[in-house]
Order: sequence, then structure tokens, then C-alpha cells
Amino acid sequence: MNAPAADNPVFGSIPPVIALRNLTRTYQMGDAEVRALGGVSLVIERGEFVAIMGASGSGKSTMMNIIGCLDVPSSGRYWLDGVDVRGLDETRLARVRNRKIGFVFQSFNLIPRTTALANVELPMLYAGVGSKERRARAVAALDMVGLSERSGHFPNEMSGGQQQRVAVARALVTNPALILADEPTGNLDTRSSEEVMNIFEALNRAGRTVVLITHEPDIAARTKRTVRLRDGLIIADEPTSDTRHPADAGAIR
Amino acid sequence: MTVVLDLTTAIRGLAANKLRSSLTVLGILIGVGAVIILVAVGNGSSLAVQNRIKALGTNTITIANRGRFGRGPATSGTQTQAATITAADIATMSDPNQAPDILSVSPVLGASVTASYQSASSTVSVTATSPTYLPAEDYTVEAGRSLNSADISNSAQVALIGQTVLTNLYPAGANPIGTEIYMTEGKNEAQFQVIGVLASKGSATGTTDPNNIAIIPYTTAEGLLTGYTNDFQRIIVEAKSAGTVNAAEQEASDILASANQTTVANLPFFVLNEQSLLSTSASTTSTFTVLLGAVAAISLLVGGIGIMNIMLVTVTERTREIGIRKAIGAPRRAILGQFLTEAVLLSLFGGLAGVAVGLIGSRFKIVGVKPVATPTSVVEAFVVAVAVGIFFGFYPANRAASLRPVDALRYE
Repeated sequence: MNAPAADNPVFGSIPPVIALRNLTRTYQMGDAEVRALGGVSLVIERGEFVAIMGASGSGKSTMMNIIGCLDVPSSGRYWLDGVDVRGLDETRLARVRNRKIGFVFQSFNLIPRTTALANVELPMLYAGVGSKERRARAVAALDMVGLSERSGHFPNEMSGGQQQRVAVARALVTNPALILADEPTGNLDTRSSEEVMNIFEALNRAGRTVVLITHEPDIAARTKRTVRLRDGLIIADEPTSDTRHPADAGAIR
Repeated sequence: MTVVLDLTTAIRGLAANKLRSSLTVLGILIGVGAVIILVAVGNGSSLAVQNRIKALGTNTITIANRGRFGRGPATSGTQTQAATITAADIATMSDPNQAPDILSVSPVLGASVTASYQSASSTVSVTATSPTYLPAEDYTVEAGRSLNSADISNSAQVALIGQTVLTNLYPAGANPIGTEIYMTEGKNEAQFQVIGVLASKGSATGTTDPNNIAIIPYTTAEGLLTGYTNDFQRIIVEAKSAGTVNAAEQEASDILASANQTTVANLPFFVLNEQSLLSTSASTTSTFTVLLGAVAAISLLVGGIGIMNIMLVTVTERTREIGIRKAIGAPRRAILGQFLTEAVLLSLFGGLAGVAVGLIGSRFKIVGVKPVATPTSVVEAFVVAVAVGIFFGFYPANRAASLRPVDALRYE
């Protein structure tokens, strides 16, 4: 499954978690062709904590879908944890999503009518982990997000913050190369946002690679590196500073 | 992905919409129940008809001299003398060397007489015959004794009476064995000693009462009731087994044809083979049963379409859930398995409930027929129901499995 070494000579012995080279994505809207990504190159190394920022329509959702292997680029190359995802069939893409990526969505996206514990167990179920180990790891993951006493609760019995923490537990339980969060605090109040961001920070401190897609500068400010998108192109890529970048003014609504 | 987990996920999915799931199950239930009950009704009526025919005796062939009733041409071609069945013919047919497949031959002389005992009297049909007639026609003796060869050779004035005769002539509880009854036909009158009572027998046609009968030796009848005749109007040939009925018929026909110096085709006899009657009726009733089953199968098909319909709704409703599952790594076959399991569970529950309803329903008499549920129809209906679930569940499940995760996640 790994790309041949000759094909990606830029990588050392430890491949970057994400390597995008000249990535484009166009959509066909009737007769018109809409270019959502217009040639993006980006490398995110292991252990980074990155915010991808941009306004609506900047192409950040498209980028998130491609990075998350939910969508495929129109052209360009994408290596995820050293694996060239181009040309992988549906089954292999599912396996890549399962093993290498932990998703956190804006709208939590827990399976309804299914307990917090079962939700966290689900990705391991698809990975074929035995039931005992599954249970133990799910309990540990819930414990880590501070929800071990809620493991028997259903999504509709929990607050938004709690649901999002269950989603984070589900994302990290498979020990993925990348935790990919799409506007994880978009539907949360300040306190819950704070709790969720604390968890992401803790995960990053523990060595996890975390990529957040956001349009909130406060959230981006807590990461270590900020990538800004506008009109499908990267306009800035720099270490996060406390001072706001002038480009933010245009990006934020 | 284990089967157990598929099952728990599927049950949870079905339980989320209990009313909808139950109505879908009901569709299959009605289909399976209808197949079982209607096939059982078909079988029941078929069995009823066959039992009536079997009451005639399935191994027997009735050969009647058509000429004597004046129906049809008594003779044909060069044959000018009316064909007859004589005692010598019966002796030839009874010879195992000449007719190896014939077990017995019983001559039958029938007459309608007025029987009386003390002050009671009633019209009784008398059958004058030989002892072999009783087993051939499935008559059994309930009390007393049957006819024997001594009765025949002595032309004994003895009679066996049926249940209807017993009730008509005797007061309730009286023992008729040894009593004397009078039989009158026109100017002839004779006295008979009752030697036995026949067990009750089912009606073959439903129009004549087989229990309003008196059986007497044919040698006796010749002198007393019908006047002496050299030929018999009717004989009952009993084959050795059900499988040799046709061979026995052939042998009997050949013997009679050669005795009458004619061919089998020209023989003016009416030959009634009970076996062929049985197989004709069996094929008629099985057509009837198949027709009933086919009508019921349509409702099973409609139930299957109900499953497909509801699964399509379910898949649409749960598009987002499918997207989430795919995003966190559910392979195509896991999604396919999950929704197919739901569809199969619906049909499985429907099938089981339908079998229960069908079996319970088959216990009641329906339009005068006692249904007989056969294990085959029950198993078939159940298997078809489950197959219907798989067939009609596949398309919606495949549709769910084919959704692109990015589209499914965006679905509101």
C-alpha cells in the first residue's frame, strides 16, 4: 500500500502525515465548472497542530473532504502518512479512513439511538478489533475526554459539548495518524468550546497530529500553525502568533 | 464485522420505527399465512375427495355389463349375441395362473328390496355377492360373522346388514344377530337370518347411503330374489396391490374378450378403474391447490414490495448515518450487510408470524373444508418469504452501500 520510495523522494524515513502536491478540485455545476481548489501544495509533519482557516467558499471544506479521503482530487497528488491515496478503490479508502484518520465534525455526527460507548467502539468494530479489547479501549478513550460516567447515555441525552467530546473519543480511539476536525466548536458555546480545545491541546501535547478546519480566529490562535485559504489557494502558511494576521480581517465574518 | 453485531444494529434500526416495521412485517405475515392456509384448504379438499374415492376401494375394478341396461350398443361389428359375464369367466379370472394380478373376483347382483323385521320395514339395497366382495369394497364386519364359502355353496339364506338397516329395523340397543328378516322384491319374498352387522362406511359420492345395505350370497339371490340368471350384471375385480390395478384390468378384459369371442375394444362392458378415477381427481385437485397457492403467492410478492418500499424510506432517512459510518471506515459490505439484515429480519419475523397464523388458521374449517397444512407448504412459504426479503432488500441496501460518503454526510 505504501508508495514506492522513488515516487516521493522528498520524504525522509518518517513520512509526513499529510503531503499535498498541486492539488485541484473542480465541480461540475450544470454547464459551469467551479474550481474549489486551484492547486494546493502543503506538508504537515507528524505531531503538528494546524488550523486551516478561510471564509465560506474558500475551499476549506473541499480540502477537508480530500484530506479526510471522503472525496478525491481532480488532479494533483496526496500522500496520507506516506500512502498515495490516488487510485485506491472504495474498500481501501474506507480502510484508510478507518485506520489513519479520526474525524470530528461540526454537528458531532454520533450515531443516533446508540450509546456513547457503542459510538466510540464503532470504528474499532469496522477495523475488526475483538470485543474485549474494543470495550477496554473505548472506556479508556471516554475516560480521557472526561465522560467515563456517561458511557451508557444516548446522544440525545447529552449536551452538545458532551456529544462533541464523545466524537473526539471516537476519533482518537483507533490511534489514527491524523485527527481531522471540521469546525469542531462551530455548534458549541464558549465553555464547551474551551473544553474541546483543551482536549485537542492535550492530544497534541501527547504527540498526536491534529488538523482543525475553522473560521474562528480564537480557535486558530490555540494551534501552532495556521494555513489560510482564499478562493481555493493557500495565501498564508505560518506559525501561529498571538497577534492577528492582517488577512484575517477579510476572512472573518 | 460479525453477524451478531449486524443483528443488534439491525434490530435497533427496526425498533426505532416500531409501527412502520410492524406494518411491513404484517404484509409478509399475510402473504405467508395466506399461502399456508390456502394450500392447506386445497390439500384438505383434495384429501376429502380422495378419501371418498378410496372408500370405494382403490384396488378394485368394476366391470358392468352395459348391454343389460340398454345403454349404448350391446353388440358391435360381427358380434350379434349380447356379451355376458358367466360363472366360468369368474373362475378363469380367479385362477392365479391365468390372471396373476387378480386377487379376487366378486360377482355382484343388486336389487332394491323392502326389508322387514317384526313391524318395522324399510327399503334396502341388497347386494348379492361372494365373500371376497367385503374386503374388495372395504366393508368390515362389526359384529357377528362375514359370509363364507359354505354360505355360497349351500345358497344359505343369510344376510349381513349395514348400520342404516340396523337403525331402521331394530329398536335401539337390540342385538340383530340370529334374528330373521324378510326381504320382498315384487312377488318374491324370502327369509334371511342376520349373521353379522357391517361397520359404518363413508359415502363415496355423498348421494347414496353405503350403510343402507344388506349383503347376501349371490347363489341365494339367484333363486330367491332375482330369479336364476346365467350371467352377472356386474363384477368387482380386486387387484393384488394398488400398483397392479391396471395389469389386473387388462387381464380381466382379455379373459372376458376371449370368452365372448371379441376384442377388448369391442367389449360392451363399462370398466371403472378406481385407480384411474383417483389419479384423475388427484390431478384436478392439485391444479386447484396450485391455483390457490399462486393467488396467495401474489400477496407474498406484494409484501416483498412493501419491504423494498420501507427499506428505501429507511435508507433515505438514514443517509446521514450512512455517511458517518462510511467516514469512520465502514466498508461497503458492512453497510450492505446492515441494511440487508434489516430487510431479512422483517421478512423473517413476517415469515415466522405467518407460519404461526397459517398453522392456527388451518385448524379451523374453512368453507366446509378441513384444511390440511403440509410441512412442505409451510417450509416453502417460509423460505420464499425470507428469499423475498433478500431479493427486495438488496436494492435498497445496495443503494445505501453505494452512497458517496461526502454526499451522504452533507444530506440533511
